[in-house]
Amino acid sequence: MLLAIAGFADTGSRQTERVPLPVVKIEKGEACVAPVEEMRREHMKMLFHQRDRTMREGIRATRFSLKGCVDCHASSKTGSVLGEEGFCSSCHAYASVKIDCFECHTPLREDRAR
Amino acid sequence: MNPDRRQLLGFAAAAVLAPGLRLIELAQARSPEEAASTLKRWGLLIDIESCSDCDACVSACHEENGVSSHGRPATDAQWIRKVSLRDRATGHVQTLPLMCQHCEHPPCVDVCPTGASFKRADGIVLVDKHTCIGCRYCVMACPFGARSFIHEPVTGQKPDVPRGKGTVESCTLCVHRVDRGETPACVEACSQAMVFGDLADPSSEIRRRLKSEPSTQLRADLALNTGVRYQRL
Repeated sequence: MLLAIAGFADTGSRQTERVPLPVVKIEKGEACVAPVEEMRREHMKMLFHQRDRTMREGIRATRFSLKGCVDCHASSKTGSVLGEEGFCSSCHAYASVKIDCFECHTPLREDRAR
Repeated sequence: MNPDRRQLLGFAAAAVLAPGLRLIELAQARSPEEAASTLKRWGLLIDIESCSDCDACVSACHEENGVSSHGRPATDAQWIRKVSLRDRATGHVQTLPLMCQHCEHPPCVDVCPTGASFKRADGIVLVDKHTCIGCRYCVMACPFGARSFIHEPVTGQKPDVPRGKGTVESCTLCVHRVDRGETPACVEACSQAMVFGDLADPSSEIRRRLKSEPSTQLRADLALNTGVRYQRL
């Protein structure tokens, strides 16, 4: 099993036997708010803490705001982080993690949502 | 620096530079990193005699907050509505906008089993939809009928105003605008009848008018100390 995963990571191919790899297209910005490795592991915690600070205390710092994520990572084609090649949805589909941020929050970039 | 000195500097900056260009914002907007403070208490003053027979405040609110109708008035969300009052004895009719009254002692917060309904430090009463379970106790508890339950999936939300099925919502006093140092959308649409300001600041327009002119709270008998006050009701 471990060998299989290591082998699969090495090939770097988009075609695997069963599940297509997520599409991670970075279209905007030089760097994210934290190093990529940290973002991959910790982004949910950052959003979670920012959520409570903003909602409860009115602190609207932009560094870890969901609006900031969407504004940078939305596809230039659809303006959304959802959809087949959406930044959020393709990775979460791969990891089989259901997110419900976008039941309430708009998945569209600010200029598209207005 | 004491507040008077700071305000004087603000006026000086406003006087020196061209209109619309100020070194220091007169509204003294909080920085985005700063938490809402208990030193402020946001409120509204609504003059009923200047309130005409239109619904500019309602449409401005629903446009700003992305509140759309499904064409089913019985269950559609209402953040603000126009209410007509008719004196049975004389037949005199008045209309007034009714929304969340942003009480100091909000019954909706008392009954919420999850703590989702809460009052922010600056007096704005909100629903944290992350923890709202949609039980609707607050809808029952509010004496003003200010809260709405969202029955159907929502699309087309505004980036600053998340809204979703299964949660309760109401007027937020346009908290996203207030945090930017702006006034709520209803006040911007109807400055003739509505004044927004800080009830805790003795030099604010709203506080001056409340001191010098008579005003009423809706259901004053409940002693909720509402943040929204009415005049000539």
